[in-house]
Amino acid sequence: MATVASKLYSDDVSLLVLLLDTNPLFWSNTSTTFSQFLSHVLAFLNAVLGLNQLNQVVVIATGYCSCDYIYDSSLTLSGNSESGRTGMPALFASLLEKLEHFIVKDEELIKEQEHDERIASSLLSGSLSMALCYIQRVFRSGHLHPQPRILCLQGSPDGPEQYVAVMNSIFSAQRLMVPIDSCYIGTQNSAFLQQASYITGGVHHAPKQLDGLFQFLTTIFATDLHTRSFVQLPKPVGVDFRASCFCHKKTIDMGYVCSVCLSIFCEHHKKCSTCGSVFGQSKLDGASTVSEKKRKAPDS
Amino acid sequence: AKALAKCEEEPNKPAAVLTSAEQLSIADLELRFKVLRENSELQRLHKEFVETKVLTEDEFWATRKKLLGKDSIRKSKQQVGLKSMMVSGIKPSTDGRVYYIILSTPSWKLSFPVKCSCRKEIMHTISSLAQLTNRVTFNLTSEIIFQIFAEKPAVRQAFINYVPSKMTEKDFWTKYFRAEYLYSTKNTAVAAAEAAEDEELAVFLKPDEILAQEARQKDHGIQRDGTMDVVEPQNGQFRRSLLQDLNRHAAVVLEGRNIDVDSEDTRSVAEALARVKQVSKADGETTKDANQERLARMSRVAEMEDLQAPQNFPLAPLSIKDPRDYFESQQGNVVNESRGAGTLKRNVHEAYGSLKESILEIRTKGLSDPLIKPEVAFEVFRSLTQTISTAKNIIGKNPRESFLDRLPKSTRDEVLHHWTSIQELLKHFWSSYPITTTYLHTKAGKLKDAMSNSYSLLEAMKESVQSELRHQLSLLVRPMQQALDAAFQHYDADLQRRTAKSARGSAGEANGSV
Repeated sequence: MATVASKLYSDDVSLLVLLLDTNPLFWSNTSTTFSQFLSHVLAFLNAVLGLNQLNQVVVIATGYCSCDYIYDSSLTLSGNSESGRTGMPALFASLLEKLEHFIVKDEELIKEQEHDERIASSLLSGSLSMALCYIQRVFRSGHLHPQPRILCLQGSPDGPEQYVAVMNSIFSAQRLMVPIDSCYIGTQNSAFLQQASYITGGVHHAPKQLDGLFQFLTTIFATDLHTRSFVQLPKPVGVDFRASCFCHKKTIDMGYVCSVCLSIFCEHHKKCSTCGSVFGQSKLDGASTVSEKKRKAPDS
Repeated sequence: AKALAKCEEEPNKPAAVLTSAEQLSIADLELRFKVLRENSELQRLHKEFVETKVLTEDEFWATRKKLLGKDSIRKSKQQVGLKSMMVSGIKPSTDGRVYYIILSTPSWKLSFPVKCSCRKEIMHTISSLAQLTNRVTFNLTSEIIFQIFAEKPAVRQAFINYVPSKMTEKDFWTKYFRAEYLYSTKNTAVAAAEAAEDEELAVFLKPDEILAQEARQKDHGIQRDGTMDVVEPQNGQFRRSLLQDLNRHAAVVLEGRNIDVDSEDTRSVAEALARVKQVSKADGETTKDANQERLARMSRVAEMEDLQAPQNFPLAPLSIKDPRDYFESQQGNVVNESRGAGTLKRNVHEAYGSLKESILEIRTKGLSDPLIKPEVAFEVFRSLTQTISTAKNIIGKNPRESFLDRLPKSTRDEVLHHWTSIQELLKHFWSSYPITTTYLHTKAGKLKDAMSNSYSLLEAMKESVQSELRHQLSLLVRPMQQALDAAFQHYDADLQRRTAKSARGSAGEANGSV
């Protein structure tokens, strides 16, 4: 039995972990409706499952305040569906049900928060971490497992307060050798996603027309890892490597870096808040105070 | 210009600058040459800047103290093991030529004629000249002495006993080598005869008593047939077995140097060895301890500290704060665009409502049909193909290949060299600000000229390369040019400020004096 299974586990079996952006603030502002988007995505998932008998798909919803597992193809039994729903592939009935429950829960969570004055970003760091935990469990399950990759379908802008957490997840994914593909459907640029794909060796694309989303997904993101060495996928020419500062969480491109722990600050501090090392006074500050004193002397 | 000079002298710093002559010792100079010789990149930089007087020697080496530190000397102090070649004597020859043997140590020489010849492969330390002149030098270095003492405890004991009470060191070694020669001639009759005359010689010729004792101790339960030793004929007593010698030699080499006495004094070496033997003999009762001690020593020595890179300064441990504090502070700490809290909440609820509606819609209606229009799909394919083909032209087929590899080798080397030299120049330039002395001012001026030179070289390089690579090359070179531009800007701004200050200063003085 084991040998049969191993024969089936050829090079192109993949485990796709899809991070679905369900941020309501984003979806209320776009031209495409969420239902259209969902139909593209569900058709894509069907296609991926159809590519190989052993392919697996896991869907994690990235909400505004929380994240949760929505769907796991290895757990869902095919026959167990509600008949009577027209048009909907039975495979995804449970997915939609769980999605609805998740959104209700997310809404309740937001009621509890008093001030939510941050950028309308979704909790990318949370869902990335959950995806990596699932993949780690798959790795530990034994020798025979599909090759995992993460696909991030994101439209919300980056939340700079999540910079450290997202970077940590990206480096963990790099260590695990799990590529993070990203498909950005929003309006602005997403530095996090570009960096994630660049560092982990995944594919990044930002499609302009959302009504062709299904075509984008199947052309670029459906290929498994083994096939990617033979297929030319679109590469971004430049990557936005901006970081966010550790004190105010603003996105900056010029700042101060602690030489001990490499934390980034936007303004001069006396002490590094992460590792506690004391910074010396910068030469430029010293020069300006001296010259100011000098300027006063001749006038008075 | 006068005003400028006056302005610079105002700060009144003492002129304790680097140009004051530092007496460099010859050792330091040698060290610098050595470092330059080993590192060709550094040598190139040195040639480019110090020899054209852009930087002085001191400035160049000021930031590279680590290279010149004591650490590089340490490398030569690697512990050397014992030679595995046996310190054997001289073998007799058949052609009967007479050679004089000269024994020399740092302090004395002696010579005596001996009828023998030596095989080249045995006597490595024989000078070729000696072969012509019938004289043979045998250098008795301290290492060889150590080896002789380690291998032959009887000789060591004899040394301790006889020198300096009964004979000088010179005589001791003469006798020793005479004995070695006699032994190697395998002429036991002659050996016996000489031994009878000279008791010290006899010591050297007999099989090593101490070794035999140790060997006997190692055989615990086995009944040694003592008759074997006794029944030997008188002359045979002086026959040491080659096997015993070889084994002894091998044991000594593997053990290495187990004493720390490094001195030239032969006597102290002998005594130190004796002490070590005593200690090990005392432990010898319980072989388990001896083995354990040997294992511990082996694990210590196996690390080969002298081959490791020099240790850096002791590091302070990195203490990173509890990350939970950091993540919790994210929650309430951010102040971004603040819409009114009330309106936001309403928006949010509406948004959630519409999301839920969407899901309901898709559950009832199913996937949209058709999922995607053919024109749209075709458009997607077209744009993707365009993206990929243009990217291929720019970046190249291999995604991981860097642009540097596609350049011809000479251009690539030139680009990399420019990079290192610009780094060096910028490092010195920025370190000379704020300008407080005339020395720094001239230094900054010189550096600026060198940097302008680099800039024009970069431009020339960009022109010279092939047209299809030009765009990528200019992208590659851009950060260097931007860094240089920033430096130039700073220099000009600073110069302007100084002239303005001096103008104001002189104007103020003029007013004041009037």
